[in-house]
Amino acid sequence: MQRYLFSRVIQSILLLFGVLLLVFLMMRLTGDPASLMVSRNASPEQIEAVREEMGLNDPLIVQFWRFASGAVVGDFGMSIRHREPALDLILERLPATVELATVSLFLSMVVGIPLGLLAGSRPGSIWDALARIAGLIGQTIPNFWLALILILVFSVQLRIFPTFGRETWEICCGVELPTKSVILPAIALGVFTMGQLVRFTRSSVLEIRNEDYIRTARSKGLSDRRIYLGHILRNAAIPLISIIGVQFGYLLSGSIYIETIFSWPGLGNLLAEAIGNRDFALVQAIAVFTSLAVITINLLADVAYAVADPRIKYGG
Amino acid sequence: MTQTTGSSAVTTMELDRDVGFTRRVNHAGRLLWRDKSGLIGLIMFLSVVFAAVFAPVITPYDPLKQNLREAKMPPAWREGGDWSHILGTDNLGRDVYTRIIYGSRVSLTVGFFGVLIATSLGMILGLIAGYNGGKADALIMGFVNLILSLPYLVVVVTVAAILGRSLLNVILIFGVTDLAIFARITRGEVLRMRESDFIKSAVSVGSGTSRILFRHITPNLVGPLVTIVTFEMSAMIFYEAGLGFLGLSVPPTVPSWGNMLASGRQYLTIYPWIAIFPGLAIVYTGLAMNLLGDWLRDALDPRSRRVKK
Repeated sequence: MQRYLFSRVIQSILLLFGVLLLVFLMMRLTGDPASLMVSRNASPEQIEAVREEMGLNDPLIVQFWRFASGAVVGDFGMSIRHREPALDLILERLPATVELATVSLFLSMVVGIPLGLLAGSRPGSIWDALARIAGLIGQTIPNFWLALILILVFSVQLRIFPTFGRETWEICCGVELPTKSVILPAIALGVFTMGQLVRFTRSSVLEIRNEDYIRTARSKGLSDRRIYLGHILRNAAIPLISIIGVQFGYLLSGSIYIETIFSWPGLGNLLAEAIGNRDFALVQAIAVFTSLAVITINLLADVAYAVADPRIKYGG
Repeated sequence: MTQTTGSSAVTTMELDRDVGFTRRVNHAGRLLWRDKSGLIGLIMFLSVVFAAVFAPVITPYDPLKQNLREAKMPPAWREGGDWSHILGTDNLGRDVYTRIIYGSRVSLTVGFFGVLIATSLGMILGLIAGYNGGKADALIMGFVNLILSLPYLVVVVTVAAILGRSLLNVILIFGVTDLAIFARITRGEVLRMRESDFIKSAVSVGSGTSRILFRHITPNLVGPLVTIVTFEMSAMIFYEAGLGFLGLSVPPTVPSWGNMLASGRQYLTIYPWIAIFPGLAIVYTGLAMNLLGDWLRDALDPRSRRVKK
C-alpha cells in the first residue's frame, strides 16, 4: 500500500513536469510568444521590447527553468492585460468554479446513482428504460445547447431562475452559501456526469448481482433492501470513487461554455476572456493551474480508492 | 517436415479466424435486426451522411446568401412563418434549414478525418508500445497518460486560440489530442493477444514481426476499436460545435452548427429558433452515433453481452 502510494505520487510529479514542459513547448512551437502576447498591430519595436522584458532572447533551457521553477512556487507570471499576477486572478475566480462544480457533482450523484441502482436491480423494468434514456441524454445533449434551452424555459418563459450571474448568500464572517443562481448552470454542466454515473452504477450493479456472496446473502434470507443497500451498493461504490474523481476534474475544467453562457465569474469565464483579449500569459497560467488541479484530484481519488477497497493489493 | 505442419497450422488458424469473423459479422447483422435501437441509429446516421453529400439537391437555397428583407422569419408553423423557410431564417435572412444541411458537412468532415488521424496514430503508437515493451512502451505510455490527465477542453480551446480558425487546424487538434485513447486500447489488446496461443504459434513457425502485427494482430483490433470510433466521432462533432460556439472553429462565414449556435445565442430571447435548430441537429447526430456505438459494443464484444443480459 505504501509502495503504491509512493509510486503514485512520483507518477503525479512526473505528470506535473510533463504538463509544464508541454505547455511551455506549446507556447513556443506555435510561433513567437511575444507576438502572441501583444496586440495584433504592435510595431516590431514593441514586440522586441516585450521579448526583452519576458526574457525570450535567453536560451530555451534557461527560459524553461525560469517558467517551471516559478510555477512550482506558485508564480505563473503576469497577466499582460490586467497587469496583475496571473495566480491572483485565478484565485479570485476559483471559488465560483468550485461552487459550480460541487453543486453540479452533487446533483448528478443524487439523480445518477439511485437511478443506476434501480435500473441495475430490475433489468428490463421501467427504471431500466429511464436509466438508458438518462444515459443517452447525458451523452448526446451538448451542455452549451442545453444551457440555452434551460435559460429559454426557466428564465425567460417561467421566470423561476435568473438568466445569468452569480449571487451568494453570506451567513456570517465571510462564509457564503450558493443561491438559486447556481441551479441552471449546475444542471447544464452536470448532465453529462449524471449520464456517466447512471451507466457505471447500473453496469457494476449488474455485475455484482451475480457474485457468489450475493447468492449467499439471498440464501440466508436477507431482504432485497438489505442486499441492495448493504452488499451491492457498498461494493458498487468503490469503483464509483475513481469515476467521481475523474468527473470532478472534468467539471472543474470543463465549465468554459457554461460559465460563458451564464456569465458565471469562474475560471472558465476567465479563460474565455483571456483568449478574447489574446492575453496568452494568463491562458498559459490557467492551463497549468487547471492541469495541476486535475492531476491532484485524480491522485486523491486513487488514494481514496486504495483505502476504500482492502481487497486490492498494490504491489510493484 | 516441421515447416509443412507449421504452415498448415497457420492456415487452419487463419481459417478459424476468418470463420470467426464472418460469424461475428452475421451475428452483428442479426443483432442489428433484433436490437431496433441499433437499426434506428444506423438509419439516423445514414440520413446525416445523405444530407451532407446531397446538400445542394435537398435544399434550393444558398447557405451563404443573405436576404435582409426576409431576415428573422419564424419557423413555418409559427405566426408569421412561411413554408418557403421551414425552420425560419436567421438574423441575416439566411435559411436555417439550408444552413443546418450544409453544416453537417463540417461536422462529418471533422469527425471523420479527426477520428481517422487519431485512430491511425493511436494504433501505431499502441502497437509499438504493446509489442516492443521496454523503453518505447514507457515513453509512449508516459506521453499517452500525460494527454489523458490534461483537462481536455482547456487544452483544445487554448491550442485552437493559438492556431487560429481553420478546418484543417480543428481536424489536427482533435486528431492529435484524441490519439491517446486509441493508443491505450490498442496497447491493452496487443498485450493480451501477445500471450494468446495463435500469436505464440505464429511466432514459433517463424512469422516476422511485421507479418504478426499486420496479419494477425491488426485485424483483431477492429472489434474493440470500432466501438470507440463511433463514440469518439460523436464527441468530436460535439467539441467542434463547442469550439464554434466560442468562435474558435471554422471561419465565421462557413455554415457550421457551432457557428450557427454562436450567432443564434445573441438572439436567443427574441428569435430562439436560430439557436434551437442547429442544437437539435447536434443532438440528432450524437444520438445516432451513440445508438450505433452501443449496438456495436454489444455485437462485437462478447463480454458486455454477458453483463448486459
